[in-house]
Amino acid sequence: MELRKNYFADVRKDDLHEVGQPRPRSDSPGHVTGKTAFFADRNFPGMLHLKMVRSPHHHARIRSIDTSEAEKHPGVVKVLTAKDVPHNVYTILILIQIGPEDETVLADGKVRWKGEAVVAVLAETERAAQEAAAKVKVDYEVLPAVFDMEEALKPGAPLVNEYHGRNYYLYDSGECRKVRFGDVEAGFAGADHILEQSYQSSPIEHAPTETTGCVVVPEGNDRFTCYTNTQAMFFTLDNASIILQMPGSKLHFVGGTVGGGFGGKVDVIVEPIAILGAKLTGRPVSFIYSREEEMQISSPRAAEKVVIKDGVMKDGRIIARKVTGYTDAGAYSRHSPYGAQKGAGHYPGPYTIPNVWIDTYCVYTNRTPSSAMRGFGVTIGDFALEVQMDRLARLIGMDPLEFRFINAYRDGDMKAHRQPTEGAALIECMQEASRAANWPVAEKYMAMSSYVKGA
Amino acid sequence: MAKVPVQFTLNGSEKAEFIDSGTTLLNALRDKVGDTSPKGGCHQGTCGACSVIIDGELRLSCLTLAETCNGTAITTTSGLAEGGVLQPLQRAFLDTFATQCGFCTPGMIMAAKVLLDHTPNPSRDEVVEALSGNICRCTGYEPIIQAVLTAARANSQNAA
Amino acid sequence: MALALQTFATVKDANAALKAQGTRYLGGGTLVVRAANEGDVSVSGLVRSTDPALSAIAVAGGKARIGASVTMAAIARHPGLAILAKAARAVGGPAIRNMATVGGNLFAPAPYGDFAVALLALDATVGTEDGETPIGTFLAGRDRSRAIVTSVSFTLPKTDGFRFLKVSRVKPKGVSVLSIAAVVEQAADGTVSSARIALGCMADRPLRAKAAEKALLGRTLDPDGIAAALTAATEGIAPITDPIASAWYRAEVLPVHLGRLLLS
Repeated sequence: MELRKNYFADVRKDDLHEVGQPRPRSDSPGHVTGKTAFFADRNFPGMLHLKMVRSPHHHARIRSIDTSEAEKHPGVVKVLTAKDVPHNVYTILILIQIGPEDETVLADGKVRWKGEAVVAVLAETERAAQEAAAKVKVDYEVLPAVFDMEEALKPGAPLVNEYHGRNYYLYDSGECRKVRFGDVEAGFAGADHILEQSYQSSPIEHAPTETTGCVVVPEGNDRFTCYTNTQAMFFTLDNASIILQMPGSKLHFVGGTVGGGFGGKVDVIVEPIAILGAKLTGRPVSFIYSREEEMQISSPRAAEKVVIKDGVMKDGRIIARKVTGYTDAGAYSRHSPYGAQKGAGHYPGPYTIPNVWIDTYCVYTNRTPSSAMRGFGVTIGDFALEVQMDRLARLIGMDPLEFRFINAYRDGDMKAHRQPTEGAALIECMQEASRAANWPVAEKYMAMSSYVKGA
Repeated sequence: MAKVPVQFTLNGSEKAEFIDSGTTLLNALRDKVGDTSPKGGCHQGTCGACSVIIDGELRLSCLTLAETCNGTAITTTSGLAEGGVLQPLQRAFLDTFATQCGFCTPGMIMAAKVLLDHTPNPSRDEVVEALSGNICRCTGYEPIIQAVLTAARANSQNAA
Repeated sequence: MALALQTFATVKDANAALKAQGTRYLGGGTLVVRAANEGDVSVSGLVRSTDPALSAIAVAGGKARIGASVTMAAIARHPGLAILAKAARAVGGPAIRNMATVGGNLFAPAPYGDFAVALLALDATVGTEDGETPIGTFLAGRDRSRAIVTSVSFTLPKTDGFRFLKVSRVKPKGVSVLSIAAVVEQAADGTVSSARIALGCMADRPLRAKAAEKALLGRTLDPDGIAAALTAATEGIAPITDPIASAWYRAEVLPVHLGRLLLS
């Protein structure tokens, strides 16, 4: 590995010993010998298996649930419904005051997406749990569903989530997160060209090789040990504590070894219900998603729509940018209000633009709840922004890389959300990219620097 | 429920268990024998994390019923290191940073071992083909391919 | 009811056991064990037979007979079945090929069942204890089939007369967008004297492209000669839609890939 030391040489102490040096990974010896303990590698005597009965409808009222046949099925130990969950309505981000609580652990009166958990069956074997789950009878009244964000925002659209009362998340700033900087309309009025484009993405599943799950063991001291592959240990512990109305001191979470996460294991879904099962049966409980559940049930990256309107000058300067972003949360919030907010902060991208207007909406539809995934709120936006940058460069007949040098943010530039830029290295990255990709740019761009003395 | 007997050698040791009929080899190894090195990633035969070697052939333990393995010799990744000393293939995975989350690693090593057992000096294409049934979702395929090629070179130097 | 496996030395006894409700035959396990793992509780009993005849391959006098338990890997390495090696290697990865059987492939729903596509183009017959059935008839009625498949038999085509193509998005191993197998014979003047073309993923099971076959007769294998066959290729198809591709996409690209295969 080559470590370039010529950049910022005068502003950095050059006494790095570890950076740039290969070091063995501490977890590799366990991996190559098969000794690394993933959560499912623990097996306990008397362990029960939890299988979920899920909604076959995108949106439906539950008229009744009949678990009597399932309860009689050989090998079944316990069948759980909404009434068994101490605090059934929750939302993950309530821990950082992002409410209201809007999601049910087990559906109560209504299902809002196809695959939503309705009844949990605990049995001696996976097979018995599957057979009993097939015997649970749920009487549904199917309701009209909405799958498109713009449809969901129209008056008269089916109401997805009653806890919000509207099909979008209500921020303290109103119906969307807003960034206002300069005078965007004046910018458009003075621009040589205007380009407005819209960009859309579909949900993306993380598809970790190890599916989401946990194993819970009731200990003799009235505590519960939860072996889990969560990526969010304390979020999960605290939310489990709320859902179960159980002090956190009763819960011992063991994790840290995750067979692929990519952001897909930060939701609090399997642990609370498995702990409840262990509490009510007094036995260890294993709840592990099947591959099909991992692909269909676990949160994907949100579908997004991004509309970008730019005012650009013939000399390459972008003088106004208006972005409207839509994040499809699916039926419940999970981490999406935060994702949409991140989008607002991230636009207008790593460029210095004097007039900026940003609105980002978090929209509810009857799709699978979306959540975190690698740079959520930013990744799809970057795709849209950079395609837009190429189109703008083409519009004014400029080299797309030189066009980015002209607009790149540098230290001291004020960003649209009013954080001054510091530690920017975009110019230098593009200079290296220019060399590496053999895409030459004019000498004046190669002489630029992100670092502005005194900035 | 009636149990059925199964008997096989696992990494050279005799194993005998009574299991429920219809139990997969993956579950029998993990839950009964206590060898958790084969992983259950999909239980559909598509991810390769459960790969084991049965009588010299690569198999998916999630789709193999344990009772069909009576009298066979089974190899898993947990049995490779002798006396705590890593085999060249394991060493190569370590040295080339061919593990990330580690969940696919035992299956990858099984697929690679079968290849090297039959083809000590494989081409890159042969390595890619041999690993094609194993998914690494961290997408570290390149270091894994390099690990297998490195192990092949180490083996041939030892043999010379 | 838990899943239970019964093993029989003879096909006859296994067939008798399969009469019980909820039973299915266990070949390589890549279909039925997978279904059970995914929570299909309709299967409660598995039946298999260890009859050695099921694992035999016989190639003689220009004809081949493959036992139903023969794996894709065994076909791929059999010197007498070299022309089928490509089709056998198109199935799964190395581990799947050590398990998946010829008999099982006849039952694999699209997008699986690439080898059955090859067998359909070869105009194979499917053997059971009740006798031999033409493969087309067998595939059409496979959902009701109860008798254990014991073998498939076919006449070996000339080395250059058999063509096979599997299109997938991931290489070298990926699920089919589509697969095509063709047995095309040409007269001395190069015109097509007979053609059988089988398609995978163009319905829930392998399908013959009969209109395309007809349009190829008397024509030469060049862009002009095959044009009518490519136009006719989509006649009667009902492609599947799955996460790999939509029915629309499969129908759009079928003539493109058929053209490449015929001109290769």
